[in-house]
Amino acid sequence: MEKLGNIHSIESLGTVDGPGVRFVIFFQGCPMRCLYCHNPDSWSNKINQKMSADEIISKYLGVKEFAKGGVTVTGGEPLLQIDFLTELFKKFKSIGVHTALDTSGCLFNPENTEKMDTLLRYTDIVLLDIKHIDDNEHKKLTGLSNKNILQFAKYLSDKNIPVWIRHVVVKNITNNKEYLEKLGKFIAELNNVKALDVLPYHNMAIPKYKKLNIDYPLKDTPRTTTEEAIKARDIILNAIKEIKNERKTI
Amino acid sequence: MLNTLVEKKLYPQSEFVKGKWCEEINVRDFIQKNYTPYEGDASFLEGPTKATEKLWSECLELLKEEQDNGGVLDMDTKIVSSITSHKAGYIDKDLETIVGFQTDEPLKRSMQPFGGIRMAETACKSYGYEVDPEISEIFTKYRKTHNQGVFDVYTPEMKAARHSAIITGLPDAYGRGRIIGDYRRVALYGIDRLIEDKQNQFKSLEGEMTPDRIQLREEIAEQIKALKEMIELGEIYGFDISKPARNAQEAIQWLYFGYLAAIKEQNGAAMSIGRTSTFLDIYIERDLKEGIITEAEAQEMIDHFIMKLRFVKFARTPEYNALFSGDPTWVTESIGGMGVDGRTLVTKNSFRYLHTLENLGTAPEPNMTVLWSKNLPHNFKKYCAHISINTSSVQYENDDLMRQTHGDDYAIACCVSSMVVGKEMQFFGARANLAKCLLYAINGGIDEISKQQVGPKYRPVEGEYLDYDDVMSKYEDMMEWLAGLYVNTLNIIHYMHDKYCYERSQMALHDRDVKRYFATGIAGLSVVADSLSAIKYAKVRAIRDENGIVVDYDVEGDFPKYGNNDDRVDSIAVNLVRSFMSKIRKHYTYRNSIPTLSILTITSNVVYGKKTGNTPDGRKQGVPLAPGANPMHGRDENGAVASLASVAKLPFEDAQDGISNTFSIIPNALGKSEIFVGDLNIELDTGCSSCNIK
Repeated sequence: MEKLGNIHSIESLGTVDGPGVRFVIFFQGCPMRCLYCHNPDSWSNKINQKMSADEIISKYLGVKEFAKGGVTVTGGEPLLQIDFLTELFKKFKSIGVHTALDTSGCLFNPENTEKMDTLLRYTDIVLLDIKHIDDNEHKKLTGLSNKNILQFAKYLSDKNIPVWIRHVVVKNITNNKEYLEKLGKFIAELNNVKALDVLPYHNMAIPKYKKLNIDYPLKDTPRTTTEEAIKARDIILNAIKEIKNERKTI
Repeated sequence: MLNTLVEKKLYPQSEFVKGKWCEEINVRDFIQKNYTPYEGDASFLEGPTKATEKLWSECLELLKEEQDNGGVLDMDTKIVSSITSHKAGYIDKDLETIVGFQTDEPLKRSMQPFGGIRMAETACKSYGYEVDPEISEIFTKYRKTHNQGVFDVYTPEMKAARHSAIITGLPDAYGRGRIIGDYRRVALYGIDRLIEDKQNQFKSLEGEMTPDRIQLREEIAEQIKALKEMIELGEIYGFDISKPARNAQEAIQWLYFGYLAAIKEQNGAAMSIGRTSTFLDIYIERDLKEGIITEAEAQEMIDHFIMKLRFVKFARTPEYNALFSGDPTWVTESIGGMGVDGRTLVTKNSFRYLHTLENLGTAPEPNMTVLWSKNLPHNFKKYCAHISINTSSVQYENDDLMRQTHGDDYAIACCVSSMVVGKEMQFFGARANLAKCLLYAINGGIDEISKQQVGPKYRPVEGEYLDYDDVMSKYEDMMEWLAGLYVNTLNIIHYMHDKYCYERSQMALHDRDVKRYFATGIAGLSVVADSLSAIKYAKVRAIRDENGIVVDYDVEGDFPKYGNNDDRVDSIAVNLVRSFMSKIRKHYTYRNSIPTLSILTITSNVVYGKKTGNTPDGRKQGVPLAPGANPMHGRDENGAVASLASVAKLPFEDAQDGISNTFSIIPNALGKSEIFVGDLNIELDTGCSSCNIK
C-alpha cells in the first residue's frame, strides 16, 4: 500500500530554507519542545493532513518554474516519518529535483544507521540545526540531549554529505561567548560544512501560541538584533578559524 | 568662422543612419537603425548635479506646501485649459534644462471642462475654489460637454446599473485617458513635417462622404490645428519645434512639449508617456560621442525631465481620489524589453531613467515600468533588482508575452494595457462587477442592497440550499444581460467622448488608421470563483429577508479556494473569464474596435466591496473585493507561488488588456540577510570575518 505522510503545510515560495527559491514541505510532529520554537502548531503527532508522495510531487510540479532551487522538507521533525521521507526524496531525485533536509538530528541512532544511510542517498544537502552545544543547556532548551545530534553531525561529515549549520542566537540561552566558541570548535572538526546560518531569535510566533492556548516560555526575552547576530556569528567563525590555523601550523 | 565654432559646441555634426523613417513617419525604424544596445553595468551613472539638487529641493518645498494646503496648491478657475492657454511657467528658470508646465505656475491645476463642467466645478469647490460663473454658463448653455452628451442618451437601465454600481468607474464625467501619443515624433520630425503628413492624410479622405469618413476628416482637421498650436506652445517657451530636434536637450524638450500639449487638454485617469528612453538615448549617445555633453549633463537633463513628469497634476474630486487611493496620474514609461531581432532594447538611458529614483528619491510617478524578458542583459536585471530593493518604485511587465502580440515598439498605458505606440489606441471602459452580477442572478435582477429591480426580472433562485447547476445557468443568463448593457453603455460614452472631448493632440501623433481596442474590465473574479466553489463543494444555505430576497449565506463545510493552485476552483475562474469575454464579443463595439478584457482593479476594489452585498463564499457586505485577479485576502494557504500559479491559469487571449495580481512580502521572507555566511571555505580563506557573501 502507498505510504502517506502526515503533513502540516506546504509553502510554495521558500527563500530561507536552503539554496535558491524552494518548495517547502512542513512535516507534522516533533519530539523536541524548543523554548523558542516558532512552529508550535507542528508539534503534535495527531493527523493533520494525509498526503501521498505523488500528491506532493504534483503540487510541486504545478509551481516548479518558480521553485527552481528544489524542495526542502522541514517540520516539525521530518525524521519522525523517515520511511515516508525516504520515499518522497527518492521520487523527487528520480525527476532530478534538488532535495534538502532540515532537521535537528535528534532522532539519529548511531547504533543503527541503516535507514539513515538509505535516506541520505537521496538527500543533496542537510540543514542541521544545532540548538545548543552544551548538553545540559540543550536539555533545558529542547527537552532532549544533544549527544546523538553531535554524533549525527560527525556521521554526516564522515559520509561527506554537504551541510548547512543553523544556530539560533537567543539572549541568556545561546548568546554566550563560551558556548559560541565551543560550537565553532566543534564545527571546525567537520569537513562538510558549506554554510553557517546564524538566526537571530524573534518572537513573531506569540500569536500562534495564544491561538493554541500554550504559554509562551520566552515572554521576557528580547528578540536578537541583527548586530548581535553578526557578533555571535563572528565569534563562531573566529573559533573555527583558530582551530583551522592551528592545524595548518602543525 | 565664429558662428561655426558656436554651432559645433551646441549641435552634433554627424547624421543618423537613414532608412524608411526618412520617407515615412516611422519612429521604430529610426530606433532600430540607430540605437546602441547596452549590456554593461551601472558604474557609468552620475549623481545629481548641483543644479538638480537645488531645483529638486525647490520642488520638494512646493510639494510640501501643496500638502500643507490640503492637497492642492492652486487652481485655475478662469482660464479653460488649452495647448496655448497659459504663458510660460517655471520653478527656477535658470536651473531648468527642460521646461514647461500645464499652467503658468508649477502645481497650479488647470481647468478642463470639456469632459464635464460638473466635475470641474466639484473639483474646485471641494478645495475651496469657485469656477468663474461665466465659464460655468458657457459650458452649460452654449458648449455641450462629454458628460452632458452621455447623460442625454443613457437609458434608464444604464443609469440604474451605474447607480447600483454593477457597472462602475465609467469615464463619463471626465477624460477617458489611456491613449498614448507618439510624442517621440515631435522630436524626430518636427511639427512641420507632421502637419504635412496629416494634410496628405486629409487629402486621401475625399470622395464618398460616409459618416465614418466625415468623422475622420473632422478629426484630422482638429489634429492639424492641435499641431499648429504645439508650435505656438514651443514659442511661448522660446523654442522652435516646427523643425526636428538637433541635439539631446532639444529632443527631450520637443518630446515633452508633445506630451505637455496632451495633458493641457486631457485629464484622463491614465496619461502615459510611452516608451521614450531608448529613443532619446540615440540623441544622447551622439552628443556624448561628439563631446557636446558629459554623462553628468545627460543625467541632469533626464532628472529634470522626470521632475516635470512628477509635477503632472489634474483637478480631481475627493471621491475620485478615494477610488484610486491617492492622486495618481499614471504617467507610465515603459523601459527596456527585447527587440524582435533578438537585440535588447536596453540602452544606457534605460539605466538613467531608473537612476532618477536614486538622484531624486523615490516617487510613484512617473510609473516606471520595466518590460521584463528573461533575455534582458544580466547587468540590467541586477540594476533593476538594486533599484527595486532600494526604492520599491518599479513595476515589471512580461515583455516575452506582450511582444508576441504587439512587436517591440509597444508601451503600457495606465498599469497594464499594452498598445503599439502611435498605431494602436484604446477606449477605456472601467469594469463590470461580476460578484454583484452573481447576486442579481440569485435574486432575479433585484439589487441586494437597494432592493430595487435593476437587472431583468428573471426567475430567482428558489429553495433553501443553492444548487450549482441551477445557480450557474441563471448566472450565465445574468452575465449575458450585463455584458450587453455594459458594452452599449461604453458605446455611448466613447461616441460622446469623440464628439465633445476628442484627444486631438494625442491622435495627431498617431497614424491615420489606428487599431482601436475596446477595453472592458471585470471586478470580483475571486469572490465569484470562491462563491461558486462553495456552492459546488460545500453546502450554501440562502438566508432571505421578509420579502424573500436572499441577503446572506450560510456556508456549511469547506471548499477549495482560488489562489491555492487547485484546479477544482481555478477552472471555475478560467471559465468565468472565457464566458464573460465571449458574451462581450457578441456585441457591436464602437468604431469596430476590438474588444479586450482586463482583470485589474488595483485600488477601487475597496469601494466596490462597499457596494456589493454578502456573497455565497462567506464574504460580508463591505469587505473589499480582492484586487485584480488576486485571491481573496487570507484564502491562499500555500504561499505566493501557488497563489501566482492560480492567477497564471487565466487565459491571456481572453484578457488581453491585462491581468493583475498584487502581493506584498516582508523583506526578510525574500532571502538571506547579511548574517548568513554562504560559502564557509571562502570566508575562512579570505581571513576576514566581516566580509559578507550573500
